Amino acid sequence: MRTDCPDRPHFRLPNGGEIVSRGHLACPGCGIMPAIRFAMKVLGRRTVIVAPACCYAVVDGPFPYSAAGVPFLHSAFEAAASFASGVRAGLDTTGVADVTVLAWAGDGGTFDIGLQSLSAAAERNENMIYVCYDNEAYMNTGIQRSSATPRGAWTTTTPKGATKTERKKDLGAIMAAHRVPYFATATIAYLEDLTRKFAKARDLGGFRMLHLYAPCPTGWKADARHMVELSRLAVRTRVFPLYEVHDGTRFEVTLDPETAPLRDYLALQGRFAEMGDAGVAAMEDEIRDRWEILQRRAASSGRA
Amino acid sequence: MTAPQAAAREGSAAASTRILTGNQAAAYGAYLSQVQVVSAYPITPQTTVIETLAELYRDAPWPSRFVNVESEHSAMAACIGASMAGARAFTATSSQGLALMHELLHWASAQRLPLVMVNVNRALAPGWNIWTDQNDSLSQRDTGWMQLYCESNQEALDTVIQAYRVAEQVQIPIMVVLDAFVLSHTAEAVSLPSPEMVRAFLPPRDPPFRLDVEEPHAFGGLLTPDHYQEVRAKLHRGMEDAIPIWGEAERSWEAFTGRAYDAVVPYRTEDAEMVLVASATVASTARDVIDALRARGKKVGLLRVRLFRPTPHDALRLALRGIPRVAVIDRNISYGHHGIFFQEIKSALYDLPARERPGMFGYVTGLGGRDVTRGVILDAVGRTLSRDRAEPETVWIGRKE
Repeated sequence: MRTDCPDRPHFRLPNGGEIVSRGHLACPGCGIMPAIRFAMKVLGRRTVIVAPACCYAVVDGPFPYSAAGVPFLHSAFEAAASFASGVRAGLDTTGVADVTVLAWAGDGGTFDIGLQSLSAAAERNENMIYVCYDNEAYMNTGIQRSSATPRGAWTTTTPKGATKTERKKDLGAIMAAHRVPYFATATIAYLEDLTRKFAKARDLGGFRMLHLYAPCPTGWKADARHMVELSRLAVRTRVFPLYEVHDGTRFEVTLDPETAPLRDYLALQGRFAEMGDAGVAAMEDEIRDRWEILQRRAASSGRA
Repeated sequence: MTAPQAAAREGSAAASTRILTGNQAAAYGAYLSQVQVVSAYPITPQTTVIETLAELYRDAPWPSRFVNVESEHSAMAACIGASMAGARAFTATSSQGLALMHELLHWASAQRLPLVMVNVNRALAPGWNIWTDQNDSLSQRDTGWMQLYCESNQEALDTVIQAYRVAEQVQIPIMVVLDAFVLSHTAEAVSLPSPEMVRAFLPPRDPPFRLDVEEPHAFGGLLTPDHYQEVRAKLHRGMEDAIPIWGEAERSWEAFTGRAYDAVVPYRTEDAEMVLVASATVASTARDVIDALRARGKKVGLLRVRLFRPTPHDALRLALRGIPRVAVIDRNISYGHHGIFFQEIKSALYDLPARERPGMFGYVTGLGGRDVTRGVILDAVGRTLSRDRAEPETVWIGRKE
């Protein structure tokens, strides 16, 4: 297994056939569907998906359709981790303990309304994989601010002239503080890195979490054809560094490609249109701070 | 040797008798039902239900998982997930905890999951009050859960086991309701059925659908106006079907144990000119009052309502038709309307021919754990017998002025 990944992935991807079908309802360019598609190639058919209210719960298909290809349980918005904990307990006590329980939730259902049940499931070290696909706002209800929305972004509840003034929550630090066995970030621009992390999560036990960057053309006022490029630029600008954390203590930057200017990333999105020079400079400072913190954590893990 | 160890050692022995609180009895009901997933959150006065189960598990483990969650909302969520995976799941709560579950009570019933939950009736805050009244459970009237109100610790144990059998036949969740402290923390002799007897009465769960990787389906997704109403109509039909199925369960349980309770329980109602209607432990006190009045030649009787949802319309009509006066005692209130049992029973009797339709008298009392004494019940009887027509406003009894 490679432990690094070049800027241009080799696409040595899992060959498990397609589980997620075509025919879903996602917007063109949506970052969710490539992520779930490749995740399922790694995790295989002996998987149960639990998804709370979120874009994915809708785009998978209305009754009687589903693109998932595996059992799919819709859950209440704030309770994906608790539904999934129950599924785990139910499978274990009915003799099907070899099935993977995969919770797949948006940033609203993870950073905000679902944080309490997520924290509890992490503390109990429930045997599941929890994925947050993060499109940085409530996209399913039409682009409202969440605690995953970055400072300076436009949303319908941080409208023009009053864009978001607070910083985004540090999900990785929150989960690391729970000392979960595995936490990783990933994007669809680096599929080899993404699938390697899903494989690693699959092969570990206990509570495992992936934080996926999921560009949203609709909510970010961006062109659908730029979604992979935006994902790549998010990593290259260190807006969304690729790293993993073992046992809440061992941080490792898994991929650190050649850096790109923040303005390249911002220019492809309408949601930052109001951000002036001072705003861009402040964002650069924040990114640098976060990167230095991550570097220090990685260094103190002996894996800088 | 602890009580659970003793119970486990007795294993195949016939029924044995123990001194148990209502909460312990309910927990033994869940244990004897061999629940596979238990998920709950502490709240007074429910907590000893779950503590008892945890001790039973410690002393004699059975194949099960305890998911010790961070809230009642997550407790119900975990029960839903477990039940979807095919397991028999159990939880217990009270008051604020039940209110917090509200969203997921709808979820469990609409997903047609045969959960059983013990709710220990406790008044809702503010101000904080840990004592009994029924507003917590009755606030969940329209969530699609069956509700049964227990009068004794024996009944609590028996009803939990009966509830699993019926829930798994009709695919509807059931709430078994106990009065705070009067039942939950008061000990009395309870006959424990043997595990063999319970196994014969309650077969292992055989779910008609579940999360199965061999046969994948999606559950709970977007349901458009083209389909939603039909799904809800099926739930309503299931509720109606549950009434005779509950009756069958009572007959079967009676054959095993000699005990039966039924949906409504009449007491000395033959030739009665006035029938009191009560639920839960208020019915015990009322029965005593009826005996005293009968001894003085008064033609009075009692109807205890055990099954609140689905409404046992036929049984209510049969028991109360032609009775000149029916007085309903409610330990609950629908603010701005009436006591809740009163309005439900009045509605059930409206279709009787006018000459057989009782005069309906409603009394509200006992909120927040205020004792419903013999004197309070006698007040209801006296007021009812002294008037030709019910007072138009909600009548409070046992209340300070």
